Amino acid sequence: MSPKTVANRLDVDALIDDPATKVLVCCGSGGVGKTTTSAALAVRAAEHGRRAVVLTIDPAKRLAQALGLERLANEPGRVEAVGPGELHAMMLDMRRTFDEMVQAHATPDRAEAIMANPFYQTISSSFSGTQEYMAMEKLGQLVAGGEWDLIVVDTPPSRSALDFLDAPQRMSTFLDGRMIRLLSAPGRGIMRVVGVGFTLFAKAVSSIIGGQMLTDASAFVQAFDSVFGGFRERAEATYQLLRSPGTAFVVVAAPEPDALREAAYFVDRLSTDGMPLAGLVLNRTHPVFAELSATKARAVAEELRGSPLAAAVLQLHADRVDLSVREERLLARFTGAHPEVAVTKVPVVEGDISDLAGLREIGNRLAAPSPSLIKGKESLAKID
Amino acid sequence: MTEWATGAGWTSELSAARLHVVSGKGGTGKTTVAAALALALASGGRRTLLVEVEGRQGIAQLFDTAPLPYEERKIAVAPGGGEVRALAIDAEAALLEYFELFYKLGMAGRTLRRMGAIEFATTLAPGLRDVLLTGKVKECVTRTGADGRPVYDAVVLDAPPTGRVVTFLDVTTAMADLARSGPIHKQAEGVVALMHSPKTAVHLVTLLEELPVTETLETVGELAAVGLRVGAVIANQVRPQWLPDRSLAAAAGGRVDGARIRSALAGAGLDLPADVIDGLVAETVEHARRVESEAAAEERLDVATGFARLELPRLIGGVDLGTLYELAEALAEQGVGVGKVSA
Repeated sequence: MSPKTVANRLDVDALIDDPATKVLVCCGSGGVGKTTTSAALAVRAAEHGRRAVVLTIDPAKRLAQALGLERLANEPGRVEAVGPGELHAMMLDMRRTFDEMVQAHATPDRAEAIMANPFYQTISSSFSGTQEYMAMEKLGQLVAGGEWDLIVVDTPPSRSALDFLDAPQRMSTFLDGRMIRLLSAPGRGIMRVVGVGFTLFAKAVSSIIGGQMLTDASAFVQAFDSVFGGFRERAEATYQLLRSPGTAFVVVAAPEPDALREAAYFVDRLSTDGMPLAGLVLNRTHPVFAELSATKARAVAEELRGSPLAAAVLQLHADRVDLSVREERLLARFTGAHPEVAVTKVPVVEGDISDLAGLREIGNRLAAPSPSLIKGKESLAKID
Repeated sequence: MTEWATGAGWTSELSAARLHVVSGKGGTGKTTVAAALALALASGGRRTLLVEVEGRQGIAQLFDTAPLPYEERKIAVAPGGGEVRALAIDAEAALLEYFELFYKLGMAGRTLRRMGAIEFATTLAPGLRDVLLTGKVKECVTRTGADGRPVYDAVVLDAPPTGRVVTFLDVTTAMADLARSGPIHKQAEGVVALMHSPKTAVHLVTLLEELPVTETLETVGELAAVGLRVGAVIANQVRPQWLPDRSLAAAAGGRVDGARIRSALAGAGLDLPADVIDGLVAETVEHARRVESEAAAEERLDVATGFARLELPRLIGGVDLGTLYELAEALAEQGVGVGKVSA
């Protein structure tokens, strides 16, 4: 039996209409359209009557304006002219989220000591993974607030979609401070563990990154110790939330080998971790609207001396057929390896998506069954 | 293939550069372009090194070889003789290399790596990782052979994407994380000197779409602000424009004369039913819109100055080893090459 290469359809409307769906997490590698997809899902959910909020990470300027996100508020704001439900949108302010987390878990003077530490500045602004950690923290807060029917989360533009799942754990392990403690007080008991190498290592590390930083790091860990339990519990609770039945992951990919490879890694990881996958959004596809082979189109175009327009139409059609064949082949390869994953294809909208009308159109395409010739044409007319 | 409305092509200054840093927004194809650039620079009997630093094994995938170790390996022969070698730099391995060199850690180094100590050190000082990676790149650029000439005519670095590339290259900031007198600090000073010299050019890969162009222009400004030189902006995956200029605006506005197309095709013996004509019209409108939005993106690049402009075509079949040579050829046609290398 040949492997299955035609995917089940991801029914987006069934997903967002289901009251049991509480959280949708949009993941994927950079540049595949995660932010737009998240926003479009939230708009559609609100227009299907749900009280929806979208948490964006780094929206493009004009999309941010369309969602009323010109300034960072770190709290959701209502987007007008979307109904009958409600749409709220927010953009993650990583530093403020971190500050608020510290303030929530420490006494005022402790919090102040932590935030004044130079090491905290590094951790809260440039530690790789802070953004992912804070996105999860914010998601946890939105869930805990209990005011939303549906929370749609965009994920940070990391190289790999897996970073979103791994970063909090990595950070948590780091802040646990075992190595920091070892380095700030070498000698006692450590020799037994790693032997003489460790002292040398501590010396090497401090000669490379400087004694001051180790001192700061050590002071930070001591001050942080009191709030750390709270942090860790929070991170753990949020991670568990991602595995709960109300959560579904939407993996976004472009029809390119790299993006689909990332999507495949992510799908495997979700299945390993027992996390619920709603399906794959294959963004910016080029369905063929006219039934005519590329070979035939090119052959006739060569003959058409008198009509440059008609010749051009045949050439661009032939290119489109080739592109579509390639996209289908890439998708078939993904589906062959992951036959259980439901897929929806979103035909490309040429130009930039920068307003609610554009997001609605993406929503229509997300929810539409695979585009037939006529559907494609109708939906094309709508975006004028 | 390419004509520039404005903007300059590859300059002799760029031919003289020894380190070519290639960055771009995610999804623009920077690894492919870096590989094509390494091939183009190696043609005519040169030797180049293609380097990656993000642990992605993107080069191995592109050249369809086994994952690269932390070791320089020949991966391709360039047109007209010449060769491309490749190296995947790993920050932890580079740090251990230093420890070995300066502290003679021996077996203990490996033990510490297993304990996660190396990862810990690079986490504590995020700049350290960048300093280690760029330090190794600098070593490759400046290494000389027995004859006293540089081992590589050019080094091409597949750098982190635009969002992180300025921090990555501007080691001056990262050095704040490092002890003033340590061995790596000294190395970093050498990196700063190389990055800010005419020996280094930073190239940015973009698609002719709004967001990538915006990010490219922002990065050009950020690089200039820290004194790094932008070499070329390379528009990748540029698609052919088939429509005659005079039909373009109307088509983008949704006005395509289906009846005329139908009769022209019928005249050539191709009788198509109405729904197929409708489909062709719909595809034509999309094509025209895309061409217009690409032209708008190109205009925004035209307004900016201070960098060369190059273009690479979109390869509908995707990129494989054979098409990499096509792309290298396209770069060479636009003047990309290595100048006379001084000893």
